[in-house]
Amino acid sequence: MPLALVQRCNPVLALYVVLAMGAAWSLPFVRLAPNRLLTGEAVYLGDVLLQHGGQGNWALLLALAVWLCMAMGWPKNRVIQTGVVLAMACCLAGAWSLAGHFASSATPADNVHARTALGSGFWTLCALAWLAALDAIHRLHLSTLRRLLLQGALWLPLLLSLNEGHHLSIAKEYANHRDVLVPALLRHLHIVLLAVVPALGLGLLLAWRMTKTPPLRTAVFPVLNVIQTIPSIAVFGLLMGPLAWLATQWPSLGRAGISGVGMAPAVLALLMYALLPIARSALAGLEQVPQDTVHAARAMGMSQRQVFLQVELPLAWPVLLIGLRTALVQTIGLAAVSALVGAGGLGQIMFDGLYSAANELVMLGVIPIVLLATLADTLFKVLGALMRTPTR
Amino acid sequence: MISFECVSKFHEGVAAITDLNLHIQAGELLVLLGPSGSGKSTVLKMVNRMVNHDGGEILFKGKNINGFDVQDLRRRMGYAIQSTGLFPHRTVAQNIATVPRLLGWEPRRVQARVDEMLTLLAMDPKAFSHRLPHQLSGGQQQRVGVARAMAADPDVLLMDEPFSALDPVTRAALQLSLKEIHRATGKTILFVTHDIDEALLLATRIALLKQGRLVQVGKPLELLQQPANDFAVDFFGRSDGGLKQLSLRPLAPHIKALEGAPALHTISHTATLKETISLMATHRVSVLSVVDDHKAVLGQVQAADLLEN
Repeated sequence: MPLALVQRCNPVLALYVVLAMGAAWSLPFVRLAPNRLLTGEAVYLGDVLLQHGGQGNWALLLALAVWLCMAMGWPKNRVIQTGVVLAMACCLAGAWSLAGHFASSATPADNVHARTALGSGFWTLCALAWLAALDAIHRLHLSTLRRLLLQGALWLPLLLSLNEGHHLSIAKEYANHRDVLVPALLRHLHIVLLAVVPALGLGLLLAWRMTKTPPLRTAVFPVLNVIQTIPSIAVFGLLMGPLAWLATQWPSLGRAGISGVGMAPAVLALLMYALLPIARSALAGLEQVPQDTVHAARAMGMSQRQVFLQVELPLAWPVLLIGLRTALVQTIGLAAVSALVGAGGLGQIMFDGLYSAANELVMLGVIPIVLLATLADTLFKVLGALMRTPTR
Repeated sequence: MISFECVSKFHEGVAAITDLNLHIQAGELLVLLGPSGSGKSTVLKMVNRMVNHDGGEILFKGKNINGFDVQDLRRRMGYAIQSTGLFPHRTVAQNIATVPRLLGWEPRRVQARVDEMLTLLAMDPKAFSHRLPHQLSGGQQQRVGVARAMAADPDVLLMDEPFSALDPVTRAALQLSLKEIHRATGKTILFVTHDIDEALLLATRIALLKQGRLVQVGKPLELLQQPANDFAVDFFGRSDGGLKQLSLRPLAPHIKALEGAPALHTISHTATLKETISLMATHRVSVLSVVDDHKAVLGQVQAADLLEN
């Protein structure tokens, strides 16, 4: 009987609701501090609502509770689930606006140092709202493309209400660092592309060689696997020595930008990390190309190059795309650490925040990295859905 | 057109082909016939250098094939295989256009040729050009495979058991199509099969192979009437070799004038003796009336006359 109940209801959503209530009760929604470096005094969601709670807010909260109860009871009803997606999108925007309004009323206009920082309760509630929305979207059984589109639309209300939070600490950090944020973002992309594009070429070449000479894979994959297990900071450090040595031996290399610190060790290390997922998926892709097709292509007078470009690569592409997506997302994340060897990028902002104990500055570096990774992931999923090549 | 002079091939020291001497004339449809492991497929692949021979010489139009640029040589020879090897990501039209494109034909000429090929293989260009291979039946895929092999109007067509994976009805239809294409175009065709009936139906000459050696070459009827050795006798079927001969003999010379009223059951004048006897056995009669293409009675055949020369 309990099993039947679980199948009929939505236990996932129930768990999220319980967690959300716990977070609202026990974790600070925002923190009020006299300046950006102090942790500040915790303010809970209940207090914020009491201060800004006109009747309307409580009514909305009640409606939300009723709707969520309905969603738990009828997990297969598409109208109710669509309502949950919509409600969660509004919750994301609502939490932001609420924090923003609280900040503008709590911070004295003449005090430029006072800060209202987003608390762990805020982040937890947002994460739970997002997860609940994903769960509801999953229950709608949409095609890949529509699902991704809806996931993107989830952020729309928040984007539209961004201005509501301009008194929050994170918005102030943004205002103070606006001039470095865009260059850091571009630098980050630069590092990622410099690593992933050559890794794609190299990985493809390696995989292609491995299909022609199978013994090669017993030599290559163990090396790539070992690289993957070394912590990234260690690799950056390991590369600094040899690269610095190279630059002193051949000054022309140094003038071309190769040195122990900066872009060179970062790009090189990220390239090595990206190689494993790319080479592995490229090999898997090339191996599922029908042998007869390749045989026929050669027998009709295609050169090796033509066979690769016109037959093997297009047929391997859908599988390769999966590995490329993994590599790209992984590199966007790892590139943050490369700020430690002076490569710059969004990681620089993150570490600046860490060193000065300004949590909001850390978030200012982290959020664009997360968004970038999510964007790349979604983009490649869309690409994959669009070009699913039919095989026999 | 193609000559094998003392050709041999070794796989890891073991002889796969030994001292092969074979001369293929222009316009022939030569079938390489033999049990599996007889090396018939290897012989075919040596012609377009998909397999390199180790000894002797292979000549194409009087010139050693090693003297050609390998891609140039392959583009001059159509190639069709059992599994078709069609490109799954390309449409029917793009598949057929493969070699013409490699040869750098103009798009308009390629397009015209694709339509011509599809029509030749009894497929409507409008209906099939834009389909992908996986949207076709097995027989249609193989038709596209043959069309692709012939698209650039090659001097020679190499076919490696192209119809073996098809069901009997589809296979028979494609065999007739190929026979008709061969008659109409006069292409030189090298055809590999292990199916004796297919060989007897299609071949102008048959080369019988056993363990990499040529056992006998000749017209189908010659192989049946004068088998070179016990292997040839066994391979063509010791007990029903006579029936196979009947399948190669036309009914036409045995047609006699009508005696009395025409018989109830009729047979076409283009039938073989095997079909005639089969029909007599089916209906348990010894006389059939023979009709032409318009069902007009030409005469009759009697069972007793059929086995006389």
